[in-house]
Amino acid sequence: MTRQFLAWIAGLAAMASAMFAMPILAQSSTAPAPYAYQQLDDPALEQRATDLMHTLRCLTCQSQSIADSDASMAGDMRHQVRTRILAGEEPEAIRAWLIERYGDYVSYDPQVSATTWPLFAVPLLLFLLAGLILRKRIGRGGVADREGEGA
Amino acid sequence: MRWTLWVPLALFTFFLGLAAYQLSQPKDDVIVSGMIGKPLPQFSLEPISPDRPGVSTADFKDGTPKLLNIWASWCLPCIAEAPHLESLKEQDVQIIGIAIRDKPEDVARFLNRHGNPYTRIGSDDLSAIQFELGSSGVPETYVIDSDGMIRYQHIGDVRAEHVPMLIQQLEAAR
Repeated sequence: MTRQFLAWIAGLAAMASAMFAMPILAQSSTAPAPYAYQQLDDPALEQRATDLMHTLRCLTCQSQSIADSDASMAGDMRHQVRTRILAGEEPEAIRAWLIERYGDYVSYDPQVSATTWPLFAVPLLLFLLAGLILRKRIGRGGVADREGEGA
Repeated sequence: MRWTLWVPLALFTFFLGLAAYQLSQPKDDVIVSGMIGKPLPQFSLEPISPDRPGVSTADFKDGTPKLLNIWASWCLPCIAEAPHLESLKEQDVQIIGIAIRDKPEDVARFLNRHGNPYTRIGSDDLSAIQFELGSSGVPETYVIDSDGMIRYQHIGDVRAEHVPMLIQQLEAAR
């Protein structure tokens, strides 16, 4: 029963990876990159690296930051971030280097651009609209009250 | 009819419709590289197979366009694409391989079983070349022109129907 279930799961996994042409379960068996799970000795530098890693998207898992992911590629990306920070690179320069290659997609810190401006504009617009409606309502309420007082 | 009632309702219905439409669309999780049209970054990789030399940027600048194939022995779709890489090789296409996080013995076993279409194979233990190329998975295949410029990125395994297209891309990169 359990064996059958396992075989079924394995079959499903094989089918899924064949379908999406992406190694969903396939992970390499080599040791992780040196700085994938090891912190930098200098706590200040490690803090800079960690802050950046929490705002970079894992490319193979896609809904996690590289700080949260156990995927091999996320480990390699943490290694990249830590070695670059150790070499004195600015976190924003590392982010820019990745965005140049993977687009805005790789960053969890959205910037205003030709495609993202509605994200920033729509909430402002809605606030304005809500303000207008409220003003109209309260204003009208005030008039009604005064009329009530007059009668 | 009061617009303050109907406009929000219309907006709400519009967003509901938009969400329903987006949910019914297939998921598009392909991340296209921003490096297409740019020169191949500088790198130099150690060999991982005893009978194939390692790979460096200079190997792409000898005047013939080449394929750069990112693969790994632990990658299932790489098995599926092996015969199609073989048929590209038979059509005189030079394929340079980069093995991601791989061990020499695993590489040897894979090449023994599925064929070796590569002229060179470099070993990348840190996915460093993948980050340089803007590659986010295994396998991926790049067309590199005779000047070492990245011309085209194929994401996922190479299938039979992609072979003529890749040959065309290589012709265009001459």
